[in-house]
Amino acid sequence: MRLSEHRYKTISSIAGPLLFVQGVFSARIGEVVKVLTPDNRQIDGEVLQITGDTALIEVFAETRGLDIEKTSVVFTDSVRRAPLSPEIIGRVFNGSFIPVDGLPMYIAEKLAPITGLPMNPAARARPEEFIETGLSVIDGLNTLVKGQKLPVFSCSGLPSKEVVAAILRNARVIKETAIPQGNETIAASGDFIVIFAALGLTFREYSYYMNTLKDMKSGFVAFVNMADEPAMERLLAPRFALTAAEYLAFDNGMDVLVIITDMTNYCDALREVSTAREELPGRRGYPGFMYSDLASLYERAGRIRGMKGSITMLPVLTMPEDDITHPIPDLTGYITEGQIVLSRELHQKGIFPPVDVLPSLSRLMQRGIGKGHTREDHRKISNLLYKYYARGRDLRRLEAIVGRDGMSEKDRLMLDFTDQFEREFVNQESARRNINETLDTGIDLLKRFSLET
Amino acid sequence: MTGNITGISGPTVSVALKGLRLYERVYVGNAMLTGEVVKIESDRAVVQVYENTHGLSPDEPVRATGMPLAVSLGPGLLSGIFDGLQRPLEKLRDESGPFIKTGKEIYALDRSRQWRFHPLKKKGDDISPGEIIGHVNEGRFSHFITCGNDISGTLSWVADGEINIEGTAGALTAGKEIPLYHEWPVRVPRPYRKKIATSRPLITGQRAIDFLFPFTKGGTAILPGGFGTGKTILEQSIAKFADVDIVVYAGCGERGNEMAEMIEEFEMLRDPWTGSRLMERTVLVINTSNMPVAAREASIYTAVTMAEYYRDMGYHVLLLADSISRWAEALREISSSLEEMPGEEGYPTYLSSRLSGFIERAGVVETYSGKTGSLSMVLSVSPPGGDFTEPVTQSCLRTTGTFLMLDTSLAHRRHFPAINWFQSYSLYAGELSAHYKEKVSPEWEDVQKGCREILRKEETLREVVEIVGIEGIHDQDRLLLHTAEMIRSTFLCQNAYTDDAFSPLEKTLSAVKKILDFHKEAGERLKQGTPLNEIL
Repeated sequence: MRLSEHRYKTISSIAGPLLFVQGVFSARIGEVVKVLTPDNRQIDGEVLQITGDTALIEVFAETRGLDIEKTSVVFTDSVRRAPLSPEIIGRVFNGSFIPVDGLPMYIAEKLAPITGLPMNPAARARPEEFIETGLSVIDGLNTLVKGQKLPVFSCSGLPSKEVVAAILRNARVIKETAIPQGNETIAASGDFIVIFAALGLTFREYSYYMNTLKDMKSGFVAFVNMADEPAMERLLAPRFALTAAEYLAFDNGMDVLVIITDMTNYCDALREVSTAREELPGRRGYPGFMYSDLASLYERAGRIRGMKGSITMLPVLTMPEDDITHPIPDLTGYITEGQIVLSRELHQKGIFPPVDVLPSLSRLMQRGIGKGHTREDHRKISNLLYKYYARGRDLRRLEAIVGRDGMSEKDRLMLDFTDQFEREFVNQESARRNINETLDTGIDLLKRFSLET
Repeated sequence: MTGNITGISGPTVSVALKGLRLYERVYVGNAMLTGEVVKIESDRAVVQVYENTHGLSPDEPVRATGMPLAVSLGPGLLSGIFDGLQRPLEKLRDESGPFIKTGKEIYALDRSRQWRFHPLKKKGDDISPGEIIGHVNEGRFSHFITCGNDISGTLSWVADGEINIEGTAGALTAGKEIPLYHEWPVRVPRPYRKKIATSRPLITGQRAIDFLFPFTKGGTAILPGGFGTGKTILEQSIAKFADVDIVVYAGCGERGNEMAEMIEEFEMLRDPWTGSRLMERTVLVINTSNMPVAAREASIYTAVTMAEYYRDMGYHVLLLADSISRWAEALREISSSLEEMPGEEGYPTYLSSRLSGFIERAGVVETYSGKTGSLSMVLSVSPPGGDFTEPVTQSCLRTTGTFLMLDTSLAHRRHFPAINWFQSYSLYAGELSAHYKEKVSPEWEDVQKGCREILRKEETLREVVEIVGIEGIHDQDRLLLHTAEMIRSTFLCQNAYTDDAFSPLEKTLSAVKKILDFHKEAGERLKQGTPLNEIL
């Protein structure tokens, strides 16, 4: 513990977002520093590495205009903490946790370090409570449960923000006492709250999301980093968002849905720091520690035994060149419990949401469906729809080679089923379907094509 | 011995302290974080820290212990859930809440619990190194207490009755005491008298493995596959159903929710071989992806050392690690913070030798006490982008005996376990065929050949069908496609969530025989002129 803040004017070099400061007396890893620029701006930074009395500082803002003579660095002796209070609900912040909605900052009830602590695996509760997103292709075939992390893999030009908005508008936590019986639905939206972290958002996207958030019935908290704001803030914003999520979930017992978009911008910022540090790059120039770094975000989703709240996470990422083996979707898929993959082909057919069922997966679905969760026949219906659709997709390749006429009648029927499945089950435009409607649409399709049900 | 921190970079810390030894355990900083010396220079050493270094500052002290990183071995390990440094996670949860705080030192074994010690030797007996002097009952297992591999002499006293873990089980006339538990350095393989060739199958209850790619006690297998190919589910199924005495499961750098699911399931489920609770025979070592990266590197060693300890009592032990790629990545992260010259894809050049050193700790051995025990390993590999040419998969292939390739295209068709039947292989098949022939059925090998033949023919036929369409091929060939489809969908597919999750050998054999018999019979009827539609 130091009694005063230490101020240094001993910067030895500046490169990109990194500063080296010499002669530093006992800095800490992760310590917050304030950099005072020659034109009297104050910007934020953090200690990344210490060698003897030299500290390497990462700056979370534009470093343009910094110099060696006049710029000074203040060490604050504390790691970065997020100010928390129930008053956070309904507020909009930038990536450095400064309100941008014109209202003053609240008085914090608690300060929590933003890196969080790893959840003890023996304290975790198994995620198994169904969340109804209102989208058939998710609810029916890739069911989301409380405490799960399920990313959306998008491609440039696909309507990922419309998909996210549809989920925001429609998502409900179904209380176990309110499981829909028969055709009626009694959905109770409990203490459900959305935390929205936007990284590198364009103004167009920003206004779209803000309108969606304002129209929502449940509360929200937003952390917005715009495309023209410092890239380094993108490393902070998701951590602020998740710290707030942990506070609301485990201190206040709320069910929190965290949406982070777009993780590709996060990973690019990570790569920028890593290359500035002259670290050895891994695949496609992304740092070797990206798996652990992404895990430190994604793994903060979950539930705790004996506690009320939950953190469910829906990160959105854009696959560069539509390539699912690119390190960003690849490492994400290895950490998250499944993925929702959007397809260019379905989008071109005018299907919304354009979710490609085959590569999409929800690993925790098995526990969250069936009797006591959704409906008893859910598992059977989803398996059948998947099976026939997969077969139909195989046949489509065959059709491209031998032509429709060269195929048996049974195969042609299967092709028709596949088309109708995409048009009726996957496609739902802006309508909301509850789980009963979703499953009934599925049964109806199977019956119409006289497929076993 | 205490020195000061001079530099910090990620999980590594340099310290000005002379006299440290390589791989010695040290305590770092005021928070007493656990670390291990990985590099020594004339006046400084580099320590890899097993916990988050956030908040650490130079000039904080580093304390030497003079001991390498070790685990405690003694009664009470079974049904335990430990982290990569063998801290008991349940106790940690009860003491410090649902989140793991740094610098918490906690004993792996319960100090307060009393064990009933049953002596097998008496006063005046001569004992040789590694000999068993008695046992305690740990659940349904006899937990043998040996005298240590460097001790011999005459017993002056042997305990009989209740003792706790810190008690002594006996003493020698020379004055040396035999403790109930001991520490063992994790990076040192536990010794045995000699290694024996493997010859007995390890039945996994998974038809695709037991029938096509049989696994052996003391063998090693890898399961590489891209994400979503079902590595974890297959590992967990094997952990549930394998016909071994003890299972050590290392969740290395994987998902927390999956581990939570596994813990709950293992508490409830019963082992099909003995009917007792699965957790009773299981030790879990869990270091999820968000827990410190250096501890992830250590976690597989912690796990294998505990596995060897039970092997030394003459048990058949299975070690599962999910996933070895995460271990390799941890090694890479540490290597890069040490600024070592990287090899392929940034992995250190010693990746392959470390891996083979680890994998060779498997095998069937004759222990010092004269018993036969085995340690088998099933390791999952997560190749980036599903590309099997990457260094971790390739290094593993050089030392392991069974390669079960998990196929993304099978997984997309929801064919689980998604084991590709053309690319996978088992080097143990030859050694085991005699056993299968003798113990299960004389037809075993023939049926297996018949099954492979159909799958192979199907592959070529599919290519033809892609060109000429299904109507363009002979009825005999269409029948074959039909049979192959049956083999794939009813025999090779196995739902891990139903009763079918475990398939005993007899059931496996009769299931595939039924399909082959049908094929033979249908073939005959076709020849006699019965139309195909009628047969199907």
